[in-house]
Amino acid sequence: MPRDGGVSCLRRSEMIGIGIGELESPPLDSDQVHVLAVDDSLVDRIVIERLLRITSCKVTAVDSGWRALEFLGLDDDKASVEFDESTSFREVPVVIMSSENVLTRIDRCLEEGAEDFLLKPVKLADVKRLRNYLTRDVKVADGNKSKLPENLSNFSYPAPITPLPPPSTTAMESLDTNSRPLPPVDFVSSSPPSPIEYDDSLTTSPESLTSPVDSPMRRLEMRSPGLD
Amino acid sequence: MDALVAQLQMQFRDYTISLYQQGFLDDQFTELKKLQDDASPDFVAEVLSLFFEDCVKLIGNMARALDQKGTVDFNQVGASVHQLKGSSSSVGAKRVKGLCVSFKEFCEAKNYEGCVRCLQQVDIEYKTLQTKLQDMFNLEKQIIEAGGRVPQVDIN
Repeated sequence: MPRDGGVSCLRRSEMIGIGIGELESPPLDSDQVHVLAVDDSLVDRIVIERLLRITSCKVTAVDSGWRALEFLGLDDDKASVEFDESTSFREVPVVIMSSENVLTRIDRCLEEGAEDFLLKPVKLADVKRLRNYLTRDVKVADGNKSKLPENLSNFSYPAPITPLPPPSTTAMESLDTNSRPLPPVDFVSSSPPSPIEYDDSLTTSPESLTSPVDSPMRRLEMRSPGLD
Repeated sequence: MDALVAQLQMQFRDYTISLYQQGFLDDQFTELKKLQDDASPDFVAEVLSLFFEDCVKLIGNMARALDQKGTVDFNQVGASVHQLKGSSSSVGAKRVKGLCVSFKEFCEAKNYEGCVRCLQQVDIEYKTLQTKLQDMFNLEKQIIEAGGRVPQVDIN
């Protein structure tokens, strides 16, 4: 949701100059969300990149969990030393993307700390909805800066959840990969942030599946099961 | 010129609708179109082009893996099928995706003949889609060259 018309227009003009396949976009505004998208499929990367840019996110797209860690500066031994429970990395929302509508798997992701789950193929409405509560995150969370790009959102890889930079960052993980497991960084399974309410009217067709009664996380409305 | 534009636009509309009705495309393709605008007028064409390159690569992988008569690694075949299923789903290539679903099942069942059949079908299918979409993009181009705008086609 645009903060104001002027800001949105500015985003738009920034986006105009961006071609397909470019991995970096113009410098970040202080309240702009930066998303790190991870997917081993080039086609999916291009699509998610465009979806995010259209919804005013700065996007960095990488093709593997390793590259994601690299990008975050978490790919060496030093990184694991710095990363512990107190880091603001754990505040970063992680969103999982998968083409498989397997409830147990989805629940597991959510229990492990994922903020949300998107069923592929991802649609514009899905990203718009995400964008809305990301904005709220930005406002709620304290602007705890680090050496990494501000408001970095990570779309990273399957569990374990990647430790992430400062608050109001999001990670989106694509689970449909055959990548190697991530290095043994000491991942903290972050306690779920306070559930964020989202506006139901923003979602697309409300075909919901039953949610587990005790899930502390907001459950994404799933589209029809048996997509596969 | 207006008459020509109108005629081309109608052709384009009919053609596009037929692609959906015949199951070549599904609403994810519609979603891709939402991401296209005056600033990125070729977005859909570019993504589909990448998709078709992906098809060539992945089908090649599958063929090579299936070529190891007697020692076929069905997991390897399945991995490529899974990737193709994913990307076809992301671009709205409905028939290709549907074939991948069956293909995947044959891989899991380690059914060699089934896999070979699916491989042939998926090869034909992506090429058919490629041709159809090329025709559709050509119509778009003709409309623009005739001074018109490409109409938004309401599938429903």
